[in-house]
Amino acid sequence: MNCVTLSPSVTQFFFRRGERLMDFRFDLIIDYLPYFLRGTLYTIGISLAGILLGTILGLLFGLGKMLKNKILAFPFNLYIAFFRGTPFFVQLLLIHFGLIPAILGTTNGLAAGIFALSLNSAAYIAEIFRAGIQSIDRGQMEAARSLGMNHIQAMRYVILPQAFKRMIPPLGNEFIVLLKESSLISLIAVPELIYWARAFNGQYYKVWEPYLTAAVIYFVLTLTLSFLLSRLEKRLATE
Amino acid sequence: MIKVEKLKKSFGANEVLKDINVTIKQQEVVVVIGPSGSGKSTFLRCLNLLETITAGHVSIEGVDITDKQTDINKIRAEVGMVFQQFNLFPHKTVLENIMLSPIKVKKIAEEKARETALSLLKKVGLEDKANAYPDSLSGGQKQRVAIARALAMEPKIMLFDEPTSALDPEMVGEVLEVMKQLAKEGMTMVVVTHEMGFAREVGDRVLFMDGGYIVEENVPQELFDNPQHERTQAFLSKVL
Ligand SMILES: Nc1ncnc2c1ncn2[C@@H]1O[C@H](COP(=O)(O)OP(=O)(O)OP(=O)(O)O)[C@@H](O)[C@H]1O
Ligand SMILES: [Mg+2]
Repeated sequence: MNCVTLSPSVTQFFFRRGERLMDFRFDLIIDYLPYFLRGTLYTIGISLAGILLGTILGLLFGLGKMLKNKILAFPFNLYIAFFRGTPFFVQLLLIHFGLIPAILGTTNGLAAGIFALSLNSAAYIAEIFRAGIQSIDRGQMEAARSLGMNHIQAMRYVILPQAFKRMIPPLGNEFIVLLKESSLISLIAVPELIYWARAFNGQYYKVWEPYLTAAVIYFVLTLTLSFLLSRLEKRLATE
Repeated sequence: MIKVEKLKKSFGANEVLKDINVTIKQQEVVVVIGPSGSGKSTFLRCLNLLETITAGHVSIEGVDITDKQTDINKIRAEVGMVFQQFNLFPHKTVLENIMLSPIKVKKIAEEKARETALSLLKKVGLEDKANAYPDSLSGGQKQRVAIARALAMEPKIMLFDEPTSALDPEMVGEVLEVMKQLAKEGMTMVVVTHEMGFAREVGDRVLFMDGGYIVEENVPQELFDNPQHERTQAFLSKVL
């Protein structure tokens, strides 16, 4: 530390609880690794479930939003506006303490977490889906219909395959956001990655070790996800 | 074959077709001309219900297509349409573009559909492009594929909406050639075009539209050389 002078407040921040980066305890991380791994598996599982359910619901809600009848489309519009216009954390609390107990009689963190992630991402995915479909030139639908295809056939064979390609980049973004937001679910005691990082922090009074480890794991997960998505995008582009 | 009676079409308050009455016989080639915005495209699109009809009747081979009982998909399968912007499916090869509807709509076996598609490609002079994607074709080639795609449904009528207007001048000829061939084979055709040479040579009858009406109709010779209406005269003096 002989070449840098730090201001008192910065020094305080870095050395709070006498914790110095140079005392970084890799051995504690190694000890805790099984918990981090378990937490990571939870994070992956919750995120995958959220992506899957969110995509299915998002497609349905997107279709609902595109209904020509304004009255029928209204609930979908309202849903999408609500979930995009309120914080995910608030949605999580509402679902955890309100919705799930109302349905199951008692709450369940895991169900609430997956449910909240799915409902939240569905709103964004509905918008992505609608934008993707509406970005396809009107002439494509007209050509398909003029060849005798009904609306469903035209959608299935002509519009959706083209729209899907355009939807992959924004969908990928949404999946990454979802993966990161899943960390908030630790706050309702679901034993995912951040839950264990917090437990680590509480047990050893260490800050850098658990949270940096968690950050690195999230980073690896999001990098892997974007790598897979860009592979998919390239494959579809050449098809 | 096609009978149009008192056809009206409005977009909101804008009445685009005001009172269209016309009968088109089997094997007839009818050319529609008129100034921009006169309703030519709208008229054509009413013939296969790409536009909903506001009032009046259109019947094709005695079937009233404005009747709610009519299966419009079945009618459309028998009425081919070629667009100014080609509207080929960019995610499918030329062959797949042509085969898609016969397989999915007419439930024709894939092998049979492929055979038909290849022979149609040969007919429009593009058999070597079977596996190309539309993006790699020139405008004239795209339009010829679009014609082959429509023909693959074995339509009884072909509608053309300015099929050569989006093409570079040197490619207009190849597309008109295919259309002439079709006319010679006895296809019933309704063609919106600015190609007066084509209208004269191939058309059995020319309709001049203006302001939502068919202002004048006649055999090409008469209409071009001896127009009766002032508006027809004014239009022709601008384009000829
Ligand atoms: N989908 C639509 N919604 C509203 N107005 C429309 C629509 N389609 C066409 N119109 C209007 O109808 C009128 C006739 O259009 P149409 O395309 O039939 O003319 P056209 O004779 O084919 O002209 P052009 O030679 O430019 O192709 C125009 O004033 C146009 O603005
Ligand atoms: Mg037009």
